[in-house]
Amino acid sequence: MPAQVITITSGKGGVGKTTAVANLAVALAADGSKVVCIDGDIGLRNLDVIMGLENRIVYDIVDVIEGRCRLRQAMIRDKHLPELYLIPAAQTRDKNAVSPSDMNRLIKDLRPDFDFVLIDSPAGIERGFKNAIAAADRVLVITNPEISAVRDADRVIGILEAEEKGPAALIINRLNPMLVKKHDMLSADDVLDLLAVELIGVVPEDENVIIGSNRGAPVAYDTNSRAGQAFRNIARRLKGEKVPFLDLNHKGSVWDRIQRLAGRK
Amino acid sequence: MSFLDRLFGKKASADSAKERLQLVLIHDRTDLTPAELDSLRDDLIATISRHVEIDVQSMQIGVEHDGRSQRLVADIPIKSAPRRRPKKPQ
Repeated sequence: MPAQVITITSGKGGVGKTTAVANLAVALAADGSKVVCIDGDIGLRNLDVIMGLENRIVYDIVDVIEGRCRLRQAMIRDKHLPELYLIPAAQTRDKNAVSPSDMNRLIKDLRPDFDFVLIDSPAGIERGFKNAIAAADRVLVITNPEISAVRDADRVIGILEAEEKGPAALIINRLNPMLVKKHDMLSADDVLDLLAVELIGVVPEDENVIIGSNRGAPVAYDTNSRAGQAFRNIARRLKGEKVPFLDLNHKGSVWDRIQRLAGRK
Repeated sequence: MSFLDRLFGKKASADSAKERLQLVLIHDRTDLTPAELDSLRDDLIATISRHVEIDVQSMQIGVEHDGRSQRLVADIPIKSAPRRRPKKPQ
């Protein structure tokens, strides 16, 4: 079966697109799928460092498009998962080095060899975003339960509908259950009420995400992390499994609670 | 939100966020600013008043949303006339 092409976008920057792509890629590949991710943020590449592959880059996506190397030469194999690859963005070029039809051609070549192609979109709604959604079968919009991120997500969802790339599915990232409980953060239900789209996952705020980024090892590898669990669940939903949403108010085991009291978690 | 805030009836910040977003999203989705909505209201009053007498004071007009689609909803009470005025000859 040819690959499912999934783009992750957000409108607003800094809500967790790159982290989500890295984690979904790891979770899908760890579960036996063949995955390639593409960093669509030309000029501001980051997926390489989040995946811990920055030292292995020789060629990038613009080299492929401009014919300086073959597609396979620009694909970097992951350190741990042999069925996971990254096509990095160019760092010294801008978004206009790639066109939507270039993306369509590139992805057409990748489809037969993979189960999933994940595309990390840049922030914004300009050329880079248009490139990132050009070949997508499905678009995931990621947001934070925060006023400006939700507003921008709504704008992007509207554009996706107009471009006939909808309906988008929503990931709510960095939700803090304690703040929601105190009514100082929009709840997942509030966000869904406002945006009126399908929900595919809620990822709790989790310091392990930063620790994972620091090490270049996405948190989806960490079986103890709540955020890692949430990303693994989204990956299973992408494969069509019905997975119940995490109970974010769940207190954990007695040992978890003791560790939390002691400030270790 | 602290106990004191609640004691003094301060609104939870998440509720303000949601209310503000509801308004801002209507404008983002329809490209209709509050000022434009007012001018639409005035045009509606002028047009309808040419045909029937309406109660302008209790008229309501606003944008409601149903899923991701928006609809303009107007509630325009008609003043009850004891007897319809005969049409003036044109």
